[in-house]
Amino acid sequence: MLYTDKVIENFQNPKNVGELEDANAIGEVGSPACGDIMKMFMKINDEGVIEDISFKTYGCGAAIATSSVATEMLKGKTVEEARKLTNQQVVDELGGLPPVKLHCSVLAEEAIKAALDDYEKNHKKGEAAEIEVTEID
Amino acid sequence: MKRIYLDNAATTPVDTRVVEKMIPMFSTEYGNPSSIYAEGREAAKAIEGARREVADLIGAAPEEIYFTGSGTEADNWALRGIAEQNKKRGNHIITSAVEHHAVLHTAQELEKEGFDVTYLPVDEYGMVNPEDLKKALRDDTILVSIMMANNEIGTVEPIKELVEIVKDHNKRTVFHTDAVQALGNIPVDVKDLGVDLLSVSGHKIYGPKGIGALYVRKGQPIKNLLEGGAQEKNKRPGTENTAAIVGFGEAAKIAKEGLDEHSKHQKEIRDYLIEQVLERIPDSYLTGHPEERLPGNASFIFDYIEGEGILLSLDMGGISGSSGSACTSGSLDPSHVLLATGLPAGRAHGSLRLTIGRDTTKEDIDYTVDVLEEGIKRLRAMSPLDKDHPIDSDVYKEADKHHHH
Repeated sequence: MLYTDKVIENFQNPKNVGELEDANAIGEVGSPACGDIMKMFMKINDEGVIEDISFKTYGCGAAIATSSVATEMLKGKTVEEARKLTNQQVVDELGGLPPVKLHCSVLAEEAIKAALDDYEKNHKKGEAAEIEVTEID
Repeated sequence: MKRIYLDNAATTPVDTRVVEKMIPMFSTEYGNPSSIYAEGREAAKAIEGARREVADLIGAAPEEIYFTGSGTEADNWALRGIAEQNKKRGNHIITSAVEHHAVLHTAQELEKEGFDVTYLPVDEYGMVNPEDLKKALRDDTILVSIMMANNEIGTVEPIKELVEIVKDHNKRTVFHTDAVQALGNIPVDVKDLGVDLLSVSGHKIYGPKGIGALYVRKGQPIKNLLEGGAQEKNKRPGTENTAAIVGFGEAAKIAKEGLDEHSKHQKEIRDYLIEQVLERIPDSYLTGHPEERLPGNASFIFDYIEGEGILLSLDMGGISGSSGSACTSGSLDPSHVLLATGLPAGRAHGSLRLTIGRDTTKEDIDYTVDVLEEGIKRLRAMSPLDKDHPIDSDVYKEADKHHHH
């Protein structure tokens, strides 16, 4: 298996590992192809900007490296911008992945989308709750 | 950085004495062994010497040894050659679920071509149950192929007992064993085992790559796999790879002389490695049979992490190992061997195989377990799985949902 130096570097010293205590968006997906599991944690502020982001990944070197790079790419981005991140951009950032490992980058994209879905769900619920409160007043 | 090579079941370095013997075959004794003149005769003589050494190592007669391009070719030839030779007599082949792909994939191909194949199950240690073989045998069973020792988990199958069962049922049913992993590590004696065919390979016993052999018991008919020349008594055409054959011969000679010592050394180091790993690393388990296993094989699974990450962590520390995890197979399927022992795919992913070589020391093991312990700690800290968070199959459905968007 030939990995680029960038993949090895991101496996060896991955960025943003762990659970965010104050995350308000969490997404977890698994790859049915190989069994890998990726969990993304995001702290999104009121302006819809991803202030902080972290991951936990069960998987191979490529899965860990893609998680690391993807979280780095999303830090400081808006939810809208984050939705546009594609797996190909993650692959390019890593200087390429072996073909058999491309699904790892898809998994990263899925995990991000799952976290953003979670945020939007919670966010809407939050707004609804506020409306209810005003009604009682 | 010093490298510690613990993947001796994948391949071994070529012994310097073997290299010395091989060099003249490239430069001075380069003749085609089929040629009548001096250079050819010298090459032919060297091949016959090597054939004797390989035969000696497995208790065979030299004329029962046919050189092939690899152990894989020997396995392919054994299955296909016997199946096609005997197809008028019967249609049924028996093998096991834990064979090397050289046997398993050939059996699957033969199945597509109309043969009926039974894949015997194994127990939690990877062992074939002789009773299962007894029940699987039929009147139209023409071939039984069961490996002598497993390449992933090191379990040594009871070949002698299995051969007796087959021969009691029908003397004409051919028994083949893939002894590629066993050779040079434990005694392999074709007469004692009673097998009709046995596959071996050079590069697992400190010989060169690209050379194997099939033992074919004298009087056992077998169809050719290849056509096109009179080499190997008309059974395996192609100009002989003289250097590799001579190298294999020398490696076989050295392996025979040092077998007891090598075996003892491996076992001592292996037992120490297993003890250290199980003691120092939580949620680690030995795979394969606790006693009936190759002296150099230590194979494990580690919960909550994936094998390729373990291999990369070891590699960074200068250590070479291997894994049957999906992510290292290139096919994304976890090890068929571990699955056959009853492990769920989620646990089979976290597998590691370390195999001891001639020069492996206890100090190497101490260092290896240090690196392994650290690496596993680090990977587990990154993993969303632990005792309280086992794999929840719903996460895979989540991905499916997105794929269908």
